[in-house]
Amino acid sequence: MNLNERMNVLFSGYKANPKRLVEDLIHFIFLILGLITVGCVLIITVYLIISGLPAIIEIGPLEFLFGTKWASTASEPSYGILAFILTSIYGTSGAIIIGVPIGFFVAVYLAKMANKRFKDAMKLCVGVLAGIPSVIYGLVGMTVLVPAIRLIFNVPDGASLFAAIIVLAVMILPSVINVSLSALEAVPHEYEEASLSLGATSTETYFRVTVPAAKSGIFTAIVLGIGRAIGEAMAIMMVAGNVANMPGLFKSVRFLTTAVASEMSYSSGLQRQALFSIALVLFFFIMLINAALNFIKTRSQKI
Amino acid sequence: MKKILVTMLVALCAVSLFAAGAKEASNQSVSTDGSTSMESVVLSLAEVFEENTGIVVTYNPTGSGSGITAAQEGRADIGLSSRSLKDEEVASGLKGTTVALDGIAIIVNNENPVSDLSVEQIAALYTGELTSWAEVGGADAPVVLIGREAGSGTRDGFESITGTEDVCKYNQELTSTGAVITAVLSNPNAIGYASLSAVDDTIKTVLVDGVAPSEETVLSGEYQIQRPFVFVTKADAELSEAAQQFFDFALSTDASDIIADAGAVPLV
Repeated sequence: MNLNERMNVLFSGYKANPKRLVEDLIHFIFLILGLITVGCVLIITVYLIISGLPAIIEIGPLEFLFGTKWASTASEPSYGILAFILTSIYGTSGAIIIGVPIGFFVAVYLAKMANKRFKDAMKLCVGVLAGIPSVIYGLVGMTVLVPAIRLIFNVPDGASLFAAIIVLAVMILPSVINVSLSALEAVPHEYEEASLSLGATSTETYFRVTVPAAKSGIFTAIVLGIGRAIGEAMAIMMVAGNVANMPGLFKSVRFLTTAVASEMSYSSGLQRQALFSIALVLFFFIMLINAALNFIKTRSQKI
Repeated sequence: MKKILVTMLVALCAVSLFAAGAKEASNQSVSTDGSTSMESVVLSLAEVFEENTGIVVTYNPTGSGSGITAAQEGRADIGLSSRSLKDEEVASGLKGTTVALDGIAIIVNNENPVSDLSVEQIAALYTGELTSWAEVGGADAPVVLIGREAGSGTRDGFESITGTEDVCKYNQELTSTGAVITAVLSNPNAIGYASLSAVDDTIKTVLVDGVAPSEETVLSGEYQIQRPFVFVTKADAELSEAAQQFFDFALSTDASDIIADAGAVPLV
């Protein structure tokens, strides 16, 4: 069979039914678009592993992950990122401890108690909060929050882990509120009606019936909040002080993200490779969070 | 009607994008890459040079280290470094030509009564030997040290001049000169350092050993905290005609006023 005949066989179906050609073409284009997304993830993963592993091997995994001293440009450089890891964990936990209760109660209030006009206005505000670029959070934090912390807590310098926690807590509010809100709103009314008809007060009903029913949605909100907090760089770079100290509430600290961002522009050699390794560690954390998110989702589907 | 308008706007944007690209490609150009501290100097020189010759000079603000690497790898015609080349960099076949000097100003908050520090005092403050402003004639308040991130040309310059490499106990390591100035402005106990060209009247600069940072004192060597702005080229390879022209222009007397206007101190 020569090429012409093959083409004839291939296209004979389309000749009979030209619409199918269009259909198949569209499917093909959509497939390509989907593959682009998958390709991006694969390229980033592979690139990070390839560029991040050499430094970890050269420095030694234990020394890299559990070393407490980071002095990348010193004459005798040392590359220990335990301080960054702990700072990222503490900072994220702090933001969750402050941000999640606020976001959760706001969501309960908006979903169940607020009147419609107030709810709409407040949802608009939450939307605006979500849309504010992180550099603006940083700018306001730097010029308002940092001096305020210095005055209120009477510390020499306000640029600290505490300032970063406050900024992160505000930044995760919108995602916590929005996701919890839609979870709470998705709870069937019959549940609540049953509870109310048994004599429970409305507040009892919301916290004993609605919230447990929306549990998995609220967990999702928390995990999304963690994801946003641990990946944020710009805003906290402006308020956290960026010194590679072991974390302390009013100490100047450096997060995993800011460690990469602040030194990347001037870095070279092993320092640069080590920054990629930090990025790899951060990527690993994000993967863990995504896995947790998937776990929650699949478990909630089973119930 | 609205649709047509939108389509036309989009088309216009697309065409202007290509037009801009095409224009750049058709001309000769000189690429520079490196020190962020040299931004105002290089951009001012580039502007006048382009007016005179029509040759476009591009500037990529990556940092001294990257600039030197770029010159070495041939990614840029001229690398920009705000420190002298190290011995091993010269040995690897690079040549550094100083085009200007830059003073590093020591800045404190406007409320701070301290107005004169010696280099030793500055070093002692930054290494944490002195922790209170009272020890250098100021109020009894803790010293808050603001600096730049590791790898920054300004930090490297400051630390090498004051002999405090790797031992500074910073409270904040910020990634730009503007951020340092903002941080010092907002904290009454802060001390920081910034390129002389970036400092203006809004922030208080201290005298170093009784000498105020200025063009004259930097050029005469009286003001001690200063560093060179260096053009980095390959020692064995010749520059392209356009790059050589820009190089000569930057070292000529015509350029000195431009360099001075940009806040650095010209050599000629």
